Amino acid sequence: MKRTNRFITILIFIFLYIPMAVLVVASFNTGKNITHFDGFTLQQYVKLFKDDGLLELLRNSLVVSILASLIATAFGTVAAIGINGLNPKLRKAAMSLTNIPMTNPDIVTGVSLSLLFVFVGSKLLGQRNSLTFWTLLIAHVTFNLPYVILNIMPKLKQMDESLTDAALDLGCTHVQAFFKVTIHEIMPGIISGAIMAFTMSLDDFVISYFVTGLDFVTLPVEIYSYTKKPIQPKIYAMFTLLFLLIFVLMVISNVIQLMGDKKRQVARGK
Amino acid sequence: MSKELIRLRDLIMEFDGERILDGINLYINDHEFLTLLGPSGCGKTTTLRIIGGFLTPTSGTVIFDGETINDVPPYKRQINTVFQRYALFPHLDVYDNIAFGLRVAKLPKQEIDARVKEMLEIVSLRGYENRHIDSLSGGQQQRVAIARALVNRPKVLLLDEPLGALDLRLRKDMQNELKRIQQALGITFIYVTHDQEEALSMSDTIVVMDKGRIQQIGKPEDIYNEPKNAFVADFIGESNILDGVMLEDYRVKFFDREFQCVDKGFAPNEPVDVVIRPEDVDIVPVREGHLVGKVTAITFKGLNYDIIVEFKGFKWLIQSTDYQAVGSTIGIRLNPEDIHIMHKSEYSGMFGDYSSYSAEYDELTEDAGDEKE
Repeated sequence: MKRTNRFITILIFIFLYIPMAVLVVASFNTGKNITHFDGFTLQQYVKLFKDDGLLELLRNSLVVSILASLIATAFGTVAAIGINGLNPKLRKAAMSLTNIPMTNPDIVTGVSLSLLFVFVGSKLLGQRNSLTFWTLLIAHVTFNLPYVILNIMPKLKQMDESLTDAALDLGCTHVQAFFKVTIHEIMPGIISGAIMAFTMSLDDFVISYFVTGLDFVTLPVEIYSYTKKPIQPKIYAMFTLLFLLIFVLMVISNVIQLMGDKKRQVARGK
Repeated sequence: MSKELIRLRDLIMEFDGERILDGINLYINDHEFLTLLGPSGCGKTTTLRIIGGFLTPTSGTVIFDGETINDVPPYKRQINTVFQRYALFPHLDVYDNIAFGLRVAKLPKQEIDARVKEMLEIVSLRGYENRHIDSLSGGQQQRVAIARALVNRPKVLLLDEPLGALDLRLRKDMQNELKRIQQALGITFIYVTHDQEEALSMSDTIVVMDKGRIQQIGKPEDIYNEPKNAFVADFIGESNILDGVMLEDYRVKFFDREFQCVDKGFAPNEPVDVVIRPEDVDIVPVREGHLVGKVTAITFKGLNYDIIVEFKGFKWLIQSTDYQAVGSTIGIRLNPEDIHIMHKSEYSGMFGDYSSYSAEYDELTEDAGDEKE
């Protein structure tokens, strides 16, 4: 039984990671044909860094992801603290409400956001072109928020409530208590929330497609249009780098979580 | 007499329609060591949290130094707290934990340093400045918590079952330590505990609470010797509580026999509760006894034997250093000062009968459950 389990686990990992392996290998291939590995080269990476168009797309994507994840983290932290302070019934209701957008199909979220932006932009603000970088950013913050809240809530629940009382007791106002005590306790949740928000943002295509204008295009939106023509090998190189970036971020996030839990165990073990 | 520092007037606290505090009236003098004593859920922690400013009473007033402070937030009160599980900040070391309040108050660096050092000295933790909180034992964490509160030189220190998590030996040491610190610094201590021994040995004044009401306020000796009702008599130490009738001043009748006593001021023939402490009963030969009973159980307790004796269907607990065989018949004598008379109360008949006594009795009643807030 144990052996079968292990076998299946390994099989699952192979299924999960083989596509990535193929991509990575393809990015180092000298030949144009992905079915045939001709030889090793870093040429695709060189080409990638010479392609200003691609780099600009990448830069756009990073700008939106970083800004959106930072804003969402700030708002999400405040929201999580607010939700945690509610009485149990309201807290449950609030958590269900924040969770629904996560399960909502992206296409529905994308279209509804797009309708909202166009309505507000053209009807209320009288803009001719209402879909811009700003609408894209607002959309990203919106769909990132639930992930941030979801990551911070457990940390708030684990935190000893009397720590806040102790801070107030020692002369802190509520705001001071947050920055001097609470934030340190929930930091692992804030970081993992921010990283998750960043990754969600970085690879979002569906929602971005509906809410961005022509003057600001992100990488996934552009790449999607490539599917009709052959993808150039330098794109493999870029994907490999992106994969690595996300992989490293996820590892960091997990390590931070683990370290936080361990510290807590030590502290509670007394 | 020192001056009054805190007064609680008609405090009522309700959570979701449930009444936690039901009219608390209490004053606390400067430099006093006052203990709120009671079982879990009696409202003692709630009272403490109201004084600390963490809860606002549903009605009633909290007066501090002549001013009503109902709506003053905790950070503006000259009161500091030692929390039940210490609530030390895990991201700071010992020094930074203790310096926390002084830094918030933006005191000059040298003064902070001097006061933290002084405090470390008082709680015997010199050399522990840079130790991480996780690396300290329970007793050491306790000391840091006390230092962190006292370094702010509060007028009042609130302590919420601070010794609950320590083992017996350490608890005894810390009791002495706390009393020493309180006397050395001359700060008012308001101490919450469910441990009657702790309350008796440390306090100037004990406030016994149950069901959100104060049952009795007094010096430890008075609370023990002159309990006001069956609840107090049972909660503070062991008590045999019997139904009696006060015939006239100094004369009480129970078990169909008249006894001399030292109590007076009751109505003629008033039904009363009679308290007899187990250690006050003298065991004598049968023919010399006021009452004659049969030994049904005996447990060795170290200092003495706990003996259960049946008198006319009612079981008493008697503590004696002499062994009595189970099944033997013994006589007892009661001197007038061994008998304490109380008015009947809502608690009459609920306590003081040892029919269901077992050796585990102590542990069962000393359940240190968290108080509902």
